[in-house]
Amino acid sequence: MTPLEQYRALLTILYKEIHRFMRIWTQTLIPPAIMIMLYFVIFGTLIGKRIGQMGGFDYMQFMIPGLIMMSVISNSYSNVVSSFFGQKFARSIEELLITPLPHYLILLGWVLGGVARGLLVGAIVTIVSLWFYDLSVNNWSLSIFVVISTSILFSLGGFLNALFAESFDDISIIPTFIMQPLIYLGGVFYSIQLLPSFWQTVSLANPILYMINAFRYSILGASDLEALGFSINYAIFMIIGFIVLFASICLWFLHKGRGIRS
Amino acid sequence: MKALSISNLKKEYAGGLQALKGIDLEVSQGDFFALLGPNGAGKSTTIGVISSLVTKTSGQVKILDIDIDESHSLAKKKLGVVGQEVNFNQFEKVGDIIRNQAGYHGLSFKEARENAKYYMQKLDIWDKRNEQARKLSGGMKRRVMVAKALVNNPELLILDEPTAGVDIELRRSLWDFLTEINNEGTTIILTTHYLEEAERLCRNIAIIDSGEIVENTSMQELLTRLEEETFVFDLKNPLQTLPDNLGYQAVLENPQKLKVTIGKGQGLNTIFEVLSNSGIQISSMRNDTGRLEELFMGLVDSNLNGGER
Repeated sequence: MTPLEQYRALLTILYKEIHRFMRIWTQTLIPPAIMIMLYFVIFGTLIGKRIGQMGGFDYMQFMIPGLIMMSVISNSYSNVVSSFFGQKFARSIEELLITPLPHYLILLGWVLGGVARGLLVGAIVTIVSLWFYDLSVNNWSLSIFVVISTSILFSLGGFLNALFAESFDDISIIPTFIMQPLIYLGGVFYSIQLLPSFWQTVSLANPILYMINAFRYSILGASDLEALGFSINYAIFMIIGFIVLFASICLWFLHKGRGIRS
Repeated sequence: MKALSISNLKKEYAGGLQALKGIDLEVSQGDFFALLGPNGAGKSTTIGVISSLVTKTSGQVKILDIDIDESHSLAKKKLGVVGQEVNFNQFEKVGDIIRNQAGYHGLSFKEARENAKYYMQKLDIWDKRNEQARKLSGGMKRRVMVAKALVNNPELLILDEPTAGVDIELRRSLWDFLTEINNEGTTIILTTHYLEEAERLCRNIAIIDSGEIVENTSMQELLTRLEEETFVFDLKNPLQTLPDNLGYQAVLENPQKLKVTIGKGQGLNTIFEVLSNSGIQISSMRNDTGRLEELFMGLVDSNLNGGER
């Protein structure tokens, strides 16, 4: 395929993916907004007032970057895993496999679809948060970079999950038993400086901690990372490293036909 | 140039099942080719390998002289495939499904729209373009599959049982359409369980059984191998019993329908004369269907028993 043909094919996949999640917007866009609103009301307004300061900020202010990232992560992941597995299940993935599309374009199309939903939900959550708190951004370029790269990473994760999934149960196991605990223990609602030393060290093995804290730093200008002796650059390298690793694994399995060819 | 060239193609599934045992097959450009075989013979596996849905164990596949391993993308541009089962997102609109398929091939939005419109009109689904595919009947979904496979104007079209379970009206309209695009130059490979469909449409034929090609010849040559042929005569006047001295193997199916089997080399003129001399008047005559079926069963049984082919 020529570069122009590849570009058109990519736009087609992206259009289809965006059209898919927009068509079911009551399932894809509204629930995260409602859930985040409840978090703000319960943890921010009701409980947050009693908590006072967290990491040197109002609790509501501290929580907002974490909640935005939580929405971006879970929606990027779930968009790709449900869409790609759905296509596998309905065999409509064959539509793509019989075309001249190279594997990297299939992967890129789905990842961009996941990023599109992640960013859209992230934007909705940000708008909702503005009703509750007058938020200002410390470093726009860093916040945009972190949110996009994290979205790419979890879209790749969703793709990998979908490649291996053989039933609908398989696409809910990783989000439920691995991602949710890592997100909640990654410092969305609390500063890990509150933890005893041992658990702080354990928390450092959680990659989501770096993403949430890098984003929190870009919004608030401070996070747990510097307090624990890590620079923001370290978090950025970690995100990029995981993206390269996950993309390579996805391409390898696509090339091998794992889960899509017999 | 060959539209399709397969050499020593093998496929062994995990668990040791040998679906293809080193098949060789060539299909000329412009041909209308039948690939027949019983269930599980290896037809769909062969199509799967050609269309990259199945990973081959070994062997070579070329589409219009382009090796699918060396120039995967280029080879795929020439190919359109209608799968055995519905393989599109049934929650999408018909028009979107077909236009998107054109997009996957890298066609511009304008080309995609024009091609989609052309084939939707040709296949009588234009008025369904804004309907969700899941609301269509089985026959209509088949048409969507065909339009989708053609939207990139492929030079080689493979249809895996395209008329399975569809009514006779659609089947005939599809036959006419396929004949038309074949006459315009598209090479067509057809698998079907309706042998009269293969006999009617295809010029060349291969029969696959247990992962091996057991016959590969022209339809005409295959049919000449029939040792005998049965004709059905509709009688002008009812007949209660058959005359004794017909000299042919004949069965009176009902008082107005006579079936006569004529051996190879026996002319048709004689039977008319014999029937006329016996006072039997004929209103019409037709070939009994199932000529190819007889041959097919013979070849498959022979392969099963390890006998002569």
